[in-house]
Amino acid sequence: MPNEPLVLGIETSCDETGVGVVRGHTLLADALASSVEEHARFGGVVPEVASRAHLAAIVPTIRRALAQAGVTLADLDAIAVTAGPGLAGALLVGVAAAKGYAVAADKPIYGVNHLAAHVAVDTLEHGPLPEPALALLVSGGHSSLLLVDDLAGGVSALGSTIDDAAGEAFDKVARLLGLPFPGGPPIDRAARDGDPAAIAFPRGLTGSRDRAAHPYDFSFSGVKTAVARWVEARRRAGEPVPVPDVAASFQEAVADVLTAKAVAACRAHGVSTLVIGGGVAANSRLRWLAQRRCEAAGVTLRTPRPALCTDNGAMVAALGSYLVAAGAPPSRLDLPADSALPVTTVTV
Amino acid sequence: MLVLGLDTATASTTAAVVEVTADRVVGRAERSAVDPRGHAELLAPQVAAVLAEAGAGPADLRAVVAGTGPGPFTGLRVGLATAAAIGQALGIPTYGVCSLDAIGAHADEHWNGRMLVATDARRGELYWAVYTGGAVRVTEPAVSSPEVVAGEVVRLGVSVAMGEGAHRYADRLRVGVRDEGRYPSAYALVDVAADRVRRAAPGEPLVPRYLRRPDAAAPRPPKPVLPR
Repeated sequence: MPNEPLVLGIETSCDETGVGVVRGHTLLADALASSVEEHARFGGVVPEVASRAHLAAIVPTIRRALAQAGVTLADLDAIAVTAGPGLAGALLVGVAAAKGYAVAADKPIYGVNHLAAHVAVDTLEHGPLPEPALALLVSGGHSSLLLVDDLAGGVSALGSTIDDAAGEAFDKVARLLGLPFPGGPPIDRAARDGDPAAIAFPRGLTGSRDRAAHPYDFSFSGVKTAVARWVEARRRAGEPVPVPDVAASFQEAVADVLTAKAVAACRAHGVSTLVIGGGVAANSRLRWLAQRRCEAAGVTLRTPRPALCTDNGAMVAALGSYLVAAGAPPSRLDLPADSALPVTTVTV
Repeated sequence: MLVLGLDTATASTTAAVVEVTADRVVGRAERSAVDPRGHAELLAPQVAAVLAEAGAGPADLRAVVAGTGPGPFTGLRVGLATAAAIGQALGIPTYGVCSLDAIGAHADEHWNGRMLVATDARRGELYWAVYTGGAVRVTEPAVSSPEVVAGEVVRLGVSVAMGEGAHRYADRLRVGVRDEGRYPSAYALVDVAADRVRRAAPGEPLVPRYLRRPDAAAPRPPKPVLPR
């Protein structure tokens, strides 16, 4: 039992209310309530709308997860909750609920890092993570390359985006092309009929001087503006916009930079395992390109299935279970939510 | 029977263990602390502390009573999420009470005047309601500017005010402000809900009184990026 702790995980850092139940590396339940449709007309996640939805959904989602897993609160070894990074008001709903359960059921509570949880979720699909490993986390809120020496505490950031997150660029380009929010899935679909080499969109921070100063950082603001200029010039000239080609070429530019830098980081640090997580990891081109480049570099690629790449409660439970098994001390009941929690802080 | 009360609708975070008997409501332990951004850090330790002071465990609780606001959103949600979680975890009913009512409870039974209860809604506005003797609320809770509330004070014949908001805007409300009851007390919340507790009324989902819509606007069309 101590090596296979039963943990409930709560995730409310953005627009998904996620509750998972995990025993060791075994996923028992993954319940989700999403407010994404409420945000669609605003073209992005509205923090207050997300927070209201979390409050309405949190208890029913927990009830659903426990029922799915066939366990009761009394059976749990611990409760884990995302303490950051994320939207402050949204995080607080999960943290407050987790504390309520911890006090009422007299269970230890672990306030955990959202990014580390995105890495930990892979253990549910592919078993224990070889350490050190590299992790590429790409979503609407994050784009980071992490070096994972020890999931329980030795995580460091090699680089991250200096402007927009990759997923944010997908959302903005989708809007330019008249595609719905969130932009990732419709761009992926449109790109299937397009030519990724049709338009040469810029690859941010890949010039020789940028590579020296920002070897593992990303920039997606430039490519987004380049797409906007290209599309606008077409429209101004009264020509039709070839949406599939624009989508495919934009997606190629993003996937190219992400995978090139991730594989370069593996080589530089002598790491032979790459984990890719976050909502953008569901992108088919990113997965394909990462697979090809990892094979060429002799790196083992681990990518959880798309449902576990996007935000969910199972990833928080997975990290919580790992922490309990590793003997990490629980958080205190006065643990805060930290919207800017650094990735080096795995538990608060 | 023992009842947990809690409120996070104002700058104050408060929790109490209260004993509700057939004819009395007795406070067993109460904690309060004022920190407008501290609800999430303060509340759970307060709950643990009041249980310990009352010599009780979570399993001894028979109901949870939570202040449903109105109040600034982020703090308000901390109390409601915590209360809902405790209620579900213990399988006991949760009851919601308007947080202003916990201050309005100061209006004595034999008094027939009108009392304003006002808390700080930020953005230069107040959450408010008017009470008469026996803590009877005579207006729906609302969010308004101090000038609008001052007009209602005159129109409704209010003679005294209570609450942190009334203190903050005392000069603009032009009504005498009582010093006690600046913030809702968790004990008073349970007192307001005591009848529901006694007759074991069905639990209620804890629905926050936001009184304001989220700040959100539909996006404008993308700005041109090419020179004209």
